[in-house]
Amino acid sequence: MIPATTKQNIQPKPRKYNNKFRLKNGLIGWAFISIATVMICLFYFYPMVQALILSFQSGAGTNLQFVGLDNYLRLFTDPAFIAALKNTVIYLIIQVPVMIIFALFISVLLNNKKLKLKGFFRTAIFLPCITSLVAYSVVFKYLFATDGIINKMLINVSLISEPIQWLTDPFWAKVTIIIAITWRWTGYNMIFYLSALQNVDHSIYEAAKIDGANAFQQFFKITIPMLKPIILFTSITSTIGTLQLFDEVMNITKGGPGNATITISQYIYNLSFKYTPDFGYAATVSYAIVIMIVVFSIIQFKVAGDKNA
Amino acid sequence: MHKIKQIFIYILLSIFTVISIFPFIWMIISATNKSIDVTKGRLLPGTHLVENIQNLLSTVDLVPALINSATISIATTILSLIIASLAGYGFEIYRSKAKDVVFNILLLSMMIPFAALMIPLFRMFGTISQIAPGIGIDTLTSAMLPSITTAFLIFFFRQNTKMFPRELLEAGRIDGLTELGVFFRIYVPTMKTTYAAAAIITFMASWNNYLWPLVVLQSPENHTIPLLISNLGSSNSPDFGIIMTSIVIATLPTALIFFLLQRHFVAGMMGSVK
Repeated sequence: MIPATTKQNIQPKPRKYNNKFRLKNGLIGWAFISIATVMICLFYFYPMVQALILSFQSGAGTNLQFVGLDNYLRLFTDPAFIAALKNTVIYLIIQVPVMIIFALFISVLLNNKKLKLKGFFRTAIFLPCITSLVAYSVVFKYLFATDGIINKMLINVSLISEPIQWLTDPFWAKVTIIIAITWRWTGYNMIFYLSALQNVDHSIYEAAKIDGANAFQQFFKITIPMLKPIILFTSITSTIGTLQLFDEVMNITKGGPGNATITISQYIYNLSFKYTPDFGYAATVSYAIVIMIVVFSIIQFKVAGDKNA
Repeated sequence: MHKIKQIFIYILLSIFTVISIFPFIWMIISATNKSIDVTKGRLLPGTHLVENIQNLLSTVDLVPALINSATISIATTILSLIIASLAGYGFEIYRSKAKDVVFNILLLSMMIPFAALMIPLFRMFGTISQIAPGIGIDTLTSAMLPSITTAFLIFFFRQNTKMFPRELLEAGRIDGLTELGVFFRIYVPTMKTTYAAAAIITFMASWNNYLWPLVVLQSPENHTIPLLISNLGSSNSPDFGIIMTSIVIATLPTALIFFLLQRHFVAGMMGSVK
């Protein structure tokens, strides 16, 4: 009897302590994450709800009225929005794949064990990433000016006979934007691939070589599948980045000539702060980007296929 | 055959290197030349750097813009690091199902484009202006508040906390430290590398931030460096010497950080996808 009582007397104590400890621990955990959670709700989720409400309103400045789905219907007949959408999609489907291919190609070249000056090449190709978007955009604007150094150099080596209208021709202006973004971000993606490649066991390549696989087969059959998760990651971040493109276009072409290079972000900016402000319609346009980001992310996950990605 | 292949690799890499570096070289060379020489396509260093700097200082408010940018970037970096590391630590160390749900919801904010937040935020700060003008529209505080907390940085700290040895935590608790004490006395000093990488990422993003400051900072005395460069670049009669000098000056801090802390810099980027 006596031992049993003692046992009973002892047992509740640690349990009580445990419960108290767990509850206290739980609360402390929530305290740790509270500031960040509040801040994200305040500066991301609350504005998103506001934007959704705004997207059903229209009017100049603060004089807003509910208009139902009118704003959403207006999107389909708004030539400026359609131009912005078209441009953004063009940047996306040309620039992102081109950049990823370049980045993969360079990282494979750099992943050569016998390569000397590896650090130098890597640093040099990564260097564009340290520039601010505005700063490099202004530099590119002048590099690609009609009387700029790029045209002068192309004429000097007789690649072209007269200057290309890099900034004022609707086609070439888009090309300039794509060149600029590719210059800025290829090195960034290259670093990701390079570090992933360094984790790939070299003996796989040795085995492939013995089996008679050439460089191309090695690239497509080993490198690409091994890097699939990281390629997916970079293509999603690049897609989100491209859909939000603003700084470059604003500072290189201002969206011109006409609306030939305007992006959705810039159109939202114009609607809200350049023209007579129509915050309601601008919010509707912004939801178009949100929908596109969600759709493209889902597509990329589907294309990438299996779950281990 | 092997030799030829090697040479070919060097040639290709050299081409990519030249393309990557050329705009920098042109920008630095142009900063030392007169505007007219830049237009003529001069590719040799000149002797007008000092003159360009003097002209720059006399035509635009470079120093106030540098101070504004530095104030915003440093304050943002410090606050970001504290808030995000507390959260990243909280999510990983006090892990629970409910917190994981909250974490995943927070991650969704990474998908939200800033353009969609811009208008509601602008209106929000407009309302704040009427109550507390000190943090409303056209103040440095309003320029930094929305970018202080990012889901990315919380994610980054959480990922790195996974490698934090739990024994240290227990040891601290046994020594009688409070939970917050464990965080500040043990976690923070142990995770120096993570903090360095996070600081670099945040500082760079803040120093280069353009769209939100463009929207919210209206008076010229509040302008930051990207706004100043953008204004210089869009002038109708651009002075290339001055513009390139201002760009070189604006790029110097980030370039310094990159070259001095290259290891942390790359580690920071990589850590985010481990």
